[in-house]
Amino acid sequence: MISQSVLLTIVLAPLLAAILAGLAGKVIGRAGAHTVTIAGVAIAFGLSAYVLKLLLVDGAPIVNQTVYTWLVSDGIRMEVGFLVDNLSAMMMTVVTFVSLCVHVYTIGYMKEDPGYQRFFAYISLFTFSMLMLVMSNNFMQLFFGWEAVGVVSYLLIGFWYTRPSAIFANLKAFLVNRVGDFGFVLGIAGVAYYTGSLDYATVFDARDAIVANTMEIFPGVEWQAITVVCICLFVGAMGKSAQVPLHVWLPDSMEGPTPISALIHAATMVTAGIFMVARMSPLFELSEVALSTVLVIGATTAFFMGLLGLVNNDIKRVVAYSTLSQLGYMTVALGVSAYAGALFHLMTHAFFKALLFLAAGSVIIGMHHEQDMRKMGGLKKYMPITYWTSAIGTLALIGFPGTSGFFSKDALIEAVHASHIPGATYAYWCVFLGVFITAFYSFRLVFMTFHGPERFREVSHESHGESNSTHLTSDADAGHEPDTHADHGAAAHGHHAPAGAHAVAHDDHGHHGPVEPHESPWVVTLPLILLAIPSLFIGAVTIGPMLFGDFFNGVLFVNEEHNVLGHIGEEWHGPLGFILHAFQQPAIYLAFAGWAAAWFLYIKRPDLPAVIAGKFSALYHLFAKKFYFDEIYQAVFARGSVGLGTALWRVGDVALIDGAAVNGSARAVGWLSGVMRRLQSGYLYHYAFAMIIGLSVLLAWYVLR
Amino acid sequence: MSITEILFYAFSGVLLVSAIGVITARNPVHAALFLVFSFFNSAVLWILLEAEFLAIVLVLVYVGAVMVLFLFVVMMLDVKIAEVREGFTRYAPLGILIALIVVAEIGSVVFVKTLGQEVTPVTQVAAEAGYSNTGALGELLYTKYLYPFELAAVILLLAIVAAIVLTMRRRAGLKQQDIGAQVSVRAQDRIRVVKMPPVIEGGEKQS
Amino acid sequence: MISLNFVLMLAGILFALSVAGIFLNRKNVILLLMCIELMLLAVNFNFIAFARQLGDLGGQVFVFFILTVAAAESAIGLAILVVLFRERKSINVEQLDTMKG
Repeated sequence: MISQSVLLTIVLAPLLAAILAGLAGKVIGRAGAHTVTIAGVAIAFGLSAYVLKLLLVDGAPIVNQTVYTWLVSDGIRMEVGFLVDNLSAMMMTVVTFVSLCVHVYTIGYMKEDPGYQRFFAYISLFTFSMLMLVMSNNFMQLFFGWEAVGVVSYLLIGFWYTRPSAIFANLKAFLVNRVGDFGFVLGIAGVAYYTGSLDYATVFDARDAIVANTMEIFPGVEWQAITVVCICLFVGAMGKSAQVPLHVWLPDSMEGPTPISALIHAATMVTAGIFMVARMSPLFELSEVALSTVLVIGATTAFFMGLLGLVNNDIKRVVAYSTLSQLGYMTVALGVSAYAGALFHLMTHAFFKALLFLAAGSVIIGMHHEQDMRKMGGLKKYMPITYWTSAIGTLALIGFPGTSGFFSKDALIEAVHASHIPGATYAYWCVFLGVFITAFYSFRLVFMTFHGPERFREVSHESHGESNSTHLTSDADAGHEPDTHADHGAAAHGHHAPAGAHAVAHDDHGHHGPVEPHESPWVVTLPLILLAIPSLFIGAVTIGPMLFGDFFNGVLFVNEEHNVLGHIGEEWHGPLGFILHAFQQPAIYLAFAGWAAAWFLYIKRPDLPAVIAGKFSALYHLFAKKFYFDEIYQAVFARGSVGLGTALWRVGDVALIDGAAVNGSARAVGWLSGVMRRLQSGYLYHYAFAMIIGLSVLLAWYVLR
Repeated sequence: MSITEILFYAFSGVLLVSAIGVITARNPVHAALFLVFSFFNSAVLWILLEAEFLAIVLVLVYVGAVMVLFLFVVMMLDVKIAEVREGFTRYAPLGILIALIVVAEIGSVVFVKTLGQEVTPVTQVAAEAGYSNTGALGELLYTKYLYPFELAAVILLLAIVAAIVLTMRRRAGLKQQDIGAQVSVRAQDRIRVVKMPPVIEGGEKQS
Repeated sequence: MISLNFVLMLAGILFALSVAGIFLNRKNVILLLMCIELMLLAVNFNFIAFARQLGDLGGQVFVFFILTVAAAESAIGLAILVVLFRERKSINVEQLDTMKG
């Protein structure tokens, strides 16, 4: 039996730590801030693991209870409640584990940052919000968590609020998410409208009420209500999980500190959309149109966002595009009703993507906050732990047989292959070719960063601005963290740099001088190792129960005709058999081909990429400009709203309100009084005449009425 | 046609003629006298209409007081008749037209719309022995209409005060009592206490 | 028995005559005041006629009040007239346009 106090502790421990670190940060100091927040999230992680164990091993019943009724309005109850089943327990454990790793990592990464306590308060607050989101048993609380993580994400993208690019990025993230949230709120409203409840269980029981209805969005076109509701909910997921066309905020969110890129914009928050759709599987299963929409959008994201990773030179942005692409994979899995596959990939992805991000962060520390991959190379020698852990992450990402990513991604591709809903063929080709692209850009990153010549020794003056020159919000300082740069580098050197390089590095911490890379401190490498372990092994351990077992029984609902995982499961003979089976499929060879291509282009013939880019310059520019999404949004929405605002200002404010209403009424009064004063002749008989006229008219009205 | 109606029509005719006289008379004194005549005729008509008290009041108050006041003012003021008669004929057609319109409209209200005809006349109470219009009116005034009656008294007082205030003027050089100045006077304005040294017989003279 | 209609008609004609009088004597304030007295008389006729028709002495009470107010009005009006004449040496309405807007 899972007691309510345990669940409350899980949620409230990070919140309490956040409040302590945030409001009393000055009092408890830096060490105090990271101690309380790490303690808070560690408690949450321990208890989450305990809850998971209770559910899985001891067979404790699922918890679905209301803790607090906020308000009841017109029969709709707004409550705070917990639904803890295998799905939310798995999410809780993953979230708290990654969060814990990131907390530890942050000690090293943010060491000299003046906003140390603030940062810890934010990430602890994020942990709280995310836990509220996943543990919710109603739409109300889901929405609360949804918005809360959005707020924390906004705060953290703009953490270095003195940088204009960070402010642009967080504003962009905020605005784009508003679009998604608008759809999400409409979806929730639709659910509440048709079922009269916000509670998951009640809504799922009453889902026939939604199916029975149609609504007319456009005149004359009747839509299934369930389709509309599901697509609205999915629009919310598109915003949060950065699906095309609402993906534009995610690459820009890399303006935030790397630890939160790992935690929020790779491992947890962006997967909230995936989680939500999986949670709503009883609704989505009822609408094939909605599923197809999900599928097509996911496939588009998976393939085309991967392409962008091919040409980017900023180490964090490459990982960000890879995140977009992987989120697309998960969405595809949702679209083909392989919810378990999506969640499985979500879990493995959380581990290896957090690992990759943290490794990228470690590289950035080692390079003194240089993010341009063209200025790296040969770091393997200097940063062995970072190299090996990020190699593990990369292997997991491309789906090297045996790694966790292999199991989740391969199962996912199989599931798409087996599906027959509209759009499945397109999706299959997208995810299939995506495998090659994933492998290519992943190893491009590894090769450019860790292998090859040590380009960081070349003094460069201008080029680093170009790393982000394609970017909407880029400025000369993008990719740098000037607030922390010099101090941080010095401190890191003091501990870990080779003795010979020490003096040199100490003297020269400018942006443009040659730098001496060094391995990061243990608080950075420890989380890398901690994350590398599940990245390698968790897939093999959990694929059986999660995909083909009964782990998600009673949580996810799959129509029999959509049950692709069950179909694959018929050929399930354990992890080893799965690996062997994969070798009979083309996908794995594509991954190897991508690896080989990256090796050829970036190790063997480093001169070729430029040649290819020149040959296909149109395509290259298309990728470099990110399919012109930003430009189009800028032109249509930004200019459009500016134009609309100007028009409203000119017409509504200046002409109507100022001109007509304010000055106009004054002028009207002036004109009217000018007319009226002529009537005031001052002659008695004029007034008498007017009275008599009035009397005559009154009598005439009475007589003729 | 009863004697009452004959009297009514006769006095009505005289009333209207004298009213025309009021508005057309060249001399304001004549107009005022025509007005007095109209009031007398009206008083007769009101008696016919069983408003005996008001008829007497009309004669006493209006003819006796108000119209005398009018005559007094007319005679006191040196009005140039020619000047004030200017434009009389020019506006006559318009005045007649307006009068005709008003008459036509009131006539149509009274005869076509039959205003007040739905009310059946109450049997005359005057037939009762010992009925007094004055008594009945007084009873009403001192019970139901007591407050309006008091207000009317205040209005009359106000009219008296206003008329006096408006017309009273002080001539220069006329010795008058200023009560306000008398009341607001203070002792030190009137008496001056002068300290003097005692005059001693045979002493030095004060300078 | 005097018919109500005829009394009302008499009052109407009297009223119309006084209206015409205002137009005809539009320069002489004294005559204007007289015409107003005539108007009030016409109104009083209506009250008295209805008081008789309805057997309600309230109408006569109103006539009483109207007489009171009319007396007060003419007293003040004439006082103003006297003051006016004293100031302007004229009662010509056309010259009394100090309050023209």
